[in-house]
Amino acid sequence: MRPNIRYAPVDRRSHPPMIHPPYRSTTHRGPTRPLVPIPQTLTELTGPIYGHDAIGELDHDLTRNAAKNGEPIGERILVAGRVLDEHGRPVPHTLIEIWQANAAGRYIHRRDQHHAPIDPNFHGAGRCLTDEDGWYRFITIRPGPYPWQNHANAWRPPHIHFSLFGPAFVTRLITQMYFPGDPLLDHDPIFQAVPAFARERLIARFDLDLTQPEFATGYRFDIILRGPAETPMEDGR
Amino acid sequence: MTRRLGQTPSQTVGPYFAYALTPESYGYRGIATNRLVRPETPGEHIVLEGRVLDGAGQPVEDALVEIWQADARGRYADAPDGGQADFLGFARCGTDGEGRFRFETVKPGPVPGPDGRPMAPHIAVCLTARGLLNHLFTRIYFDDEAEANAADPILQKVPEDRRHTLIARREARGEAVIYRFDIHLQGQAETVFFEV
Repeated sequence: MRPNIRYAPVDRRSHPPMIHPPYRSTTHRGPTRPLVPIPQTLTELTGPIYGHDAIGELDHDLTRNAAKNGEPIGERILVAGRVLDEHGRPVPHTLIEIWQANAAGRYIHRRDQHHAPIDPNFHGAGRCLTDEDGWYRFITIRPGPYPWQNHANAWRPPHIHFSLFGPAFVTRLITQMYFPGDPLLDHDPIFQAVPAFARERLIARFDLDLTQPEFATGYRFDIILRGPAETPMEDGR
Repeated sequence: MTRRLGQTPSQTVGPYFAYALTPESYGYRGIATNRLVRPETPGEHIVLEGRVLDGAGQPVEDALVEIWQADARGRYADAPDGGQADFLGFARCGTDGEGRFRFETVKPGPVPGPDGRPMAPHIAVCLTARGLLNHLFTRIYFDDEAEANAADPILQKVPEDRRHTLIARREARGEAVIYRFDIHLQGQAETVFFEV
């Protein structure tokens, strides 16, 4: 924990509502009563800490961490960015977990029945720690779109799921990263559940500087977590 | 006053998180399981179990329940004195086809509240699922701590007629101490979720 810090509130204007009827399962799963405000105590200001011992050598490289007899099929990409708080300060040494479909739009999950091929060399899960400047970097395969049962002819836009802890239990964030220029975004009720002004925060941007010649195209996705409620004092100021 | 960066919006965890977040059965090592204790871990060993139910009373078969708690002496691994804590204090369980989850842990000790006085023993919960666009925070208290619960500063923020939704019920089953805690996402018994 960071002693003596209280976190700014969840900015509910930037987040989706609990119930968004076009995303059907929210109607019987989203809570209907107002959240009960409580103060942040030691319970909320602490949180799980993971170090390098929690991370395997290949955990950040989804093109290699499940390879059995070759490389996964698909478009190799680099996904990188910084985890920052609302003041733009890096969130160092924090765990990021990701998971995604393969290039054909198939998850490894037992309940995924989409009749697209499983890739024997791709598992689709990874994790890494941010460095001291909040940077993270994954190597993966661009995921494909896949159909779901929400409404007639429903397709999820290609996306990568992100799970982050941040410095405290209250800074937890679970989100999805999307790709620029994707026509499916206009039709996706999960993405569209986010207020219009904040949707672009979920879209990675193509980044030629991240792109590695003769290897992989690069996408930049920065993640902003709840920050301290007051601008912290810089040391020595 | 500097301009703040906008928070990254939340999105649902979706139905397919298991191979990343609770992946033991997929042959991938996870960062947490549903077991916080080893035989030698100090404190009263308990099993915490329950179900996650939707507004129609149907089991939520693809929820992720995460818990964060102090050890039996009331120390969080991440607190200034946490180097002494008996365990990490974080565990995860995906619900099964009946919406059930189960944790093996210890009953936590009391930790200081906002005014420095101890809060009643409790376990923090972060809940997410397909159909939840935002994760939800709640707390689990214990029904055999009536006196401490009555004085707890957080429970006092909760309307009295809804406090029961935060209290696990102790059951003895053979040798094991079981605390039962169901989570209702909607309905008459909708669990209290926090803005914190």
